[in-house]
Amino acid sequence: MTSTVKSPETHPLTWRIRNNEAVLDIKAYEALEGYAGLRKALKEMSPADITQVVKDSNLKGRGGAGFPAGVKWSLVPMGPDAPKQKYLVCNADEMEPGTFKDRLLMETLPHQLIEAMILVGYALQVSKAYIFLRGEYVLAAERLNKALADARAAGYLGENILGTGWGMELYVHTGAGRYICGEETALINSLEGRRANPRAKPPFPQIAGLWGKPTVVNNVETLSNVPQIILRGAEWYKNLSQGKSKDAGTKLYGMSGRTKRTGVWELPLGTSAREILEEHAGGMKDGYKLKCWLPGGASTDFLMPEHLDLAMDYETIGKAGSRMGTGLMMVVDDKHNLLSVVRNLEEFFARESCGWCTPCRDGLPWTVKLLRAIEKGEGQSGDIETLEQMTRLLGPGKTFCAHAPGAMEPLQSALKYFRNEFESGIKQV
Amino acid sequence: MSTANSNRSKASIIVSDRSEGFSLSVEIRDEILHEMSHYDDARAATIEALKIVQKHHGWVPDGACGAIGEILGIPGSDIEGVATFYNLIFRRPVGKYVIKVCDSIGCFLNGYEDVKAGLIQKLNIQPGQTTPDGRFTLLPICCLGACDKAPVLMINDDTHFNVDPSRLDALLEQYK
Repeated sequence: MTSTVKSPETHPLTWRIRNNEAVLDIKAYEALEGYAGLRKALKEMSPADITQVVKDSNLKGRGGAGFPAGVKWSLVPMGPDAPKQKYLVCNADEMEPGTFKDRLLMETLPHQLIEAMILVGYALQVSKAYIFLRGEYVLAAERLNKALADARAAGYLGENILGTGWGMELYVHTGAGRYICGEETALINSLEGRRANPRAKPPFPQIAGLWGKPTVVNNVETLSNVPQIILRGAEWYKNLSQGKSKDAGTKLYGMSGRTKRTGVWELPLGTSAREILEEHAGGMKDGYKLKCWLPGGASTDFLMPEHLDLAMDYETIGKAGSRMGTGLMMVVDDKHNLLSVVRNLEEFFARESCGWCTPCRDGLPWTVKLLRAIEKGEGQSGDIETLEQMTRLLGPGKTFCAHAPGAMEPLQSALKYFRNEFESGIKQV
Repeated sequence: MSTANSNRSKASIIVSDRSEGFSLSVEIRDEILHEMSHYDDARAATIEALKIVQKHHGWVPDGACGAIGEILGIPGSDIEGVATFYNLIFRRPVGKYVIKVCDSIGCFLNGYEDVKAGLIQKLNIQPGQTTPDGRFTLLPICCLGACDKAPVLMINDDTHFNVDPSRLDALLEQYK
């Protein structure tokens, strides 16, 4: 990879990360503009100003759905008649297969996330905030808790933050497994100490979320952008994507699979998939050819080598029939049969279904059963048509949440691009 | 990070009775009360409470659900419903070390099957089982968020990256 000098102007999320990826303690963080965004906001800005700046910056949710963060916040009741209890929750339940960006942010820059959450907490006037962290991220939990204790001691948390008379508390809440906890309303149920079944929407969490109170749930990467947006302004943030995309800012892109290099890179939003693969990941490993790729997690549609020149942004990838998702690409090489790849993906979704609604609970195991049979060469005539029917019956609007529709994305695209591999698994009578 | 450490504290052994009486140690009770203080509703400490019991006891027996419910002021059956939902809460005894092998797509594309087959052969157990000496339990787990360093597995709280199927003996040796 070409070595670039990282500065806050060009790499607002990762410029502080050291080469060895060591954690920055509070002193090191403060020495590098740490908590400057929070200080500026508390001193010079009203809560409404902050929401407006973030709205103007066009920061979109980095957890996969891409909803504009400022718009989400603007639905929260504000002012003297708003409920006293309001909550901010960070979705740190990073469990989308292929995704490993939030881990990096939390393990190296816990204070960046904490600063962002206090800042957003002030913008929404919340009483408490939680980081919903997946249970397996043991190191992140340790570092976040240490950083929280240091932030508390430094007066960034508690009753009277930096002498403003306003205060909030922030806690780490660790989970105990289950992918579905990443779904916003399932996450809220889990945080309340319940089974992680999703809730019906509306009401949206901004109106009635945690314990029935207004609640905003944002992803780690989304939140981590906020302090620099406040410091440097909406215009600066919009220009970060360098005209590569209508979308603003930088994005943590990444690569896994059989490429020469793997990892996470902060790049202008809208960087092409080809640049990520060829320049940053160094291309495929010798002896392996690119067969297809997932743009951003297990619940996104496969794209083909001819799609590599597309900009990795929400709209462009959407138009190509997939979703940018989390933005961490995964390549499938030519040594793999797509049937076994899709079977593995559907096994994951079937196991992780919460069981709440019938299409998902019954449809996903049925899908796995069909795929296993076809993989063994024991598929019956009509099985491919049944799988196609599944992609409709488990698709958007047919289920309680986005879990099953997400599961259908890799399946429907595999059927579209690699139907011959499926057909070869059907028993000839 | 690859230091071997068990979460189990030997200091607080819980007296467990299969039928009813399951009492939580003072230490566990205090830890649960501390977690409760973080929330505006006691129920929210359910998962933390289950994890605290598991940290000290290794797994969560039936009686513990009722005992946690008493502290939180909610029915034990609610605790039970939560305990059975989450895969990191164990409702049966497990080995001293729980090996969680990622079987999601990132590892699948990078040699997970060799790691799994190697562990099954070396430990002579299937996923979901515990070795007769009580040392290891083998479980599948979904994506551990380190696909750039696949294949990945966890042993108790330690995450191991770029696991080499030909060096499993050396890995297991760290956990005695």
